[in-house]
Amino acid sequence: MNRGGITTTGGIFTALVLITGILLTGYAGMNAIDAVFGFHMYLMAAAAILGLLALLMGRPYRDDPGKYNYGVVKAFVIATLFWGVAGFSVGDYIAWELAFPFLNWDLPWTNFGRLRPLHTSAVIFAFGGNILLGSSFYVVQRTNHTRLAGNVAPWFVFWGYNLFILLAGTGYLLGVTQSREYAEPEWYVDIWLTLVWVTYLLVFMGTLMKRRVSHIYVANWFYLAFIITIAVLHLVNNMAVPVSFLGSKSYSLQAGVQDAMTQWWYGHNAVGFFLTAAFLAMMYYFVPKRAERPVYSYRLSIIHFWSLIFLYMWAGPHHLHYTALPDWTQSLGMTFSIILWMPSWGGMINGLMTLSGAWDKLRTDPVLRMLVVSIAFYGMSTFEGPMMAIKAVNALSHYTDWTVGHVHSGAMGWVGMVSFGVIYCLVPWLWGKERLYSMALVSWHFWLSTVGILLYITSMWVSGILQGLMWRAYDSLGFLEYSFVETVEAMHPFYVIRAIGGLFFVIGSLIMVFNVIMTIRVAPREESYSNAVLAPAE
Amino acid sequence: MSYEDVASLSGTIGLILFMSMFFVVLAYALWPRNKAKFDKAARAPLDEE
Amino acid sequence: MASHEIFEKNSIVLAIAIVLVVSIAGLVEIVPLYFIGSTIEKVDGMRPYTPLELAGRDVYVREGCYLCHSQMIRPFRDEVERYGHYSLAAESMYDHPFQWGSKRTGPDLARVGKKYSDKWHRDHMNDPRSIVPESVMPGYEFLGKTPVIADRYSNHLWALSVTGVPYSQDMISNAGADLKAQAGDPDSDAAEALQARYKSFGSKPLNVRDFDGDPKTVTELDALIAYLQMLGTLVDFKTYNAKANLR
Repeated sequence: MNRGGITTTGGIFTALVLITGILLTGYAGMNAIDAVFGFHMYLMAAAAILGLLALLMGRPYRDDPGKYNYGVVKAFVIATLFWGVAGFSVGDYIAWELAFPFLNWDLPWTNFGRLRPLHTSAVIFAFGGNILLGSSFYVVQRTNHTRLAGNVAPWFVFWGYNLFILLAGTGYLLGVTQSREYAEPEWYVDIWLTLVWVTYLLVFMGTLMKRRVSHIYVANWFYLAFIITIAVLHLVNNMAVPVSFLGSKSYSLQAGVQDAMTQWWYGHNAVGFFLTAAFLAMMYYFVPKRAERPVYSYRLSIIHFWSLIFLYMWAGPHHLHYTALPDWTQSLGMTFSIILWMPSWGGMINGLMTLSGAWDKLRTDPVLRMLVVSIAFYGMSTFEGPMMAIKAVNALSHYTDWTVGHVHSGAMGWVGMVSFGVIYCLVPWLWGKERLYSMALVSWHFWLSTVGILLYITSMWVSGILQGLMWRAYDSLGFLEYSFVETVEAMHPFYVIRAIGGLFFVIGSLIMVFNVIMTIRVAPREESYSNAVLAPAE
Repeated sequence: MSYEDVASLSGTIGLILFMSMFFVVLAYALWPRNKAKFDKAARAPLDEE
Repeated sequence: MASHEIFEKNSIVLAIAIVLVVSIAGLVEIVPLYFIGSTIEKVDGMRPYTPLELAGRDVYVREGCYLCHSQMIRPFRDEVERYGHYSLAAESMYDHPFQWGSKRTGPDLARVGKKYSDKWHRDHMNDPRSIVPESVMPGYEFLGKTPVIADRYSNHLWALSVTGVPYSQDMISNAGADLKAQAGDPDSDAAEALQARYKSFGSKPLNVRDFDGDPKTVTELDALIAYLQMLGTLVDFKTYNAKANLR
């Protein structure tokens, strides 16, 4: 047992960092020029004090070094469930706001403009981020037959990342935002995330470096590309000049057309690397594991990897078709977006065909069914995406709900479903249970989610295309046929259907939370539980 | 060199460079001698205990 | 062909290769935008925001208005007829950050300036459905009750000047006074000083008046309406030569 406590290098280093942090944030909090900045600084100081206490009590050192570090993975899974329900609920609430605007209550903290970033960040970065970080810590240990690097660092990543989410989310509600889509947190929150992310990279790389097998399994490549690329995107897109180092407001370094290009280079690759590459890493580990067969083609996975990470980076300008962005950039973006269809479907085929010869398992295992349906949604939205990147299609779809529907077929269908599948796999494995509490409840979750997603995306197809057509409709005398507000009115029934679909999805996620809690509390323990013991070196 | 020259030249160089990068990856992935290694690698999630 | 093995066996090399492969696109698509002269058209009339307009823009950014309103008119017949001349890159050259938006739950605002009266905006902000019954916009009654902290705007202009916005030292030092002046009596000395300061950009005279119907305090509603009323009004399209700016 490692009883070094905080006398290890990592422990002493962390203690010094935390003490510096307490002094720095305490000073900034006392001298803050706006209330939210002050609140956030005190929140960070409090977190640092708690972290220091936990460190002094030796909490990160209680694990057996002869076993995998499952503690931190468990924490990530719990956080995923919490943020998932929160993010889905806020999303459904703002869907109702669009249908019935009195629900905004005309208060600063409850209006659509402030809640919408709360929803997107909670779902992408809190729900998605926690399952990505957690599953990456699980997969990198298991496939490399070694314990996670460091004792303190993985826990720093967990608490630091969730503190980032708390700072970002409370900031939005209180009016602190850069209003850059999917990069809303202000400069000081961005700096904090940078520290956490670098630590994450070090833990992941450190674990790869002390692996006890020779080959690095392909899932780890996808995770590594995700970690590195998000770091690059985050740093470049968030360059800003703070109005004061003691206040929350900043102005972006770039302006206008260059700023737009940088933001959508970031924005599209947040989709490409956060919501795609890293979730493909989950697919490459959990689908073969659950189906108990190796991935369909390892060769295809290599081609898939390099072409996907290369091509995705070019596709950003398709968010800026027909804008003031120069035409050559738009054309490049469109071309690469269409080519991107190929590796996307290569990956989909690789995932689906892993089940060849084992399709019967879909009938008996609802968890596997969830994973497979998520891959089908991935295939659908990665076909729809390149199509919408064609300028002629985009002329109609841009600025409408079609885009919103497209995003949600990816986010709910692919990211949501694959995460649910992975959670259902992980919980019994991590807590040493024979099985889940109830497979019937998994089936309920599956069907509620599927119906919810279908209601959502079909209503958004109709409303999006309808609105796009109404905007460009001319009457026989050559006048615009509809005023803008008539097109708003026409959306109402679809907004209600969408909100109902979202409600199905939220109820499904609550069933999952119940099932997980009951699995942890009452499901029978596995008889010969040795899952956590390190696998032998090759 | 004018802007048009630079644009067309970089287009050509880009095409050659990216195609050759792709073929290198393709050749590696399909190289017959690598098959055994990949088959072993593919079993990594299953051969953990 | 053992070359690829180095990626599979050596995590550092794999990481470096990933960095190289993902960097190419950004270098090709972003960097030239700073160097190709035709990226931003040469137009007359563009100027940075005044302190009051900037305060209004800060409100616009803070409330996430871009989530439902675009500020980018595309060159289509229906959009040009509905909203006005298509947007130029030059028109957002001082926008830190850009607010082009990606969704039109509400209409485009790139040229909303001077379309409606101040009173219309006031009533619409306080209760959108009293003006447009079918609207789904939230009410922003609280803006008219929240004063703008004018003294802080020297810092704001300074931060923007660091990013390259051509504010003079004079403009930075007088930002607080200018902010109050623009929401007050257009004939006051302070208003004249403000007009004189911003004339140097060769643009039209500024809108100076009490925007929110409450002459006693400069509120966020003053600032927001001042911002909305100047949006898209700076470039004179009667003199703009589109052919000279083909790209």
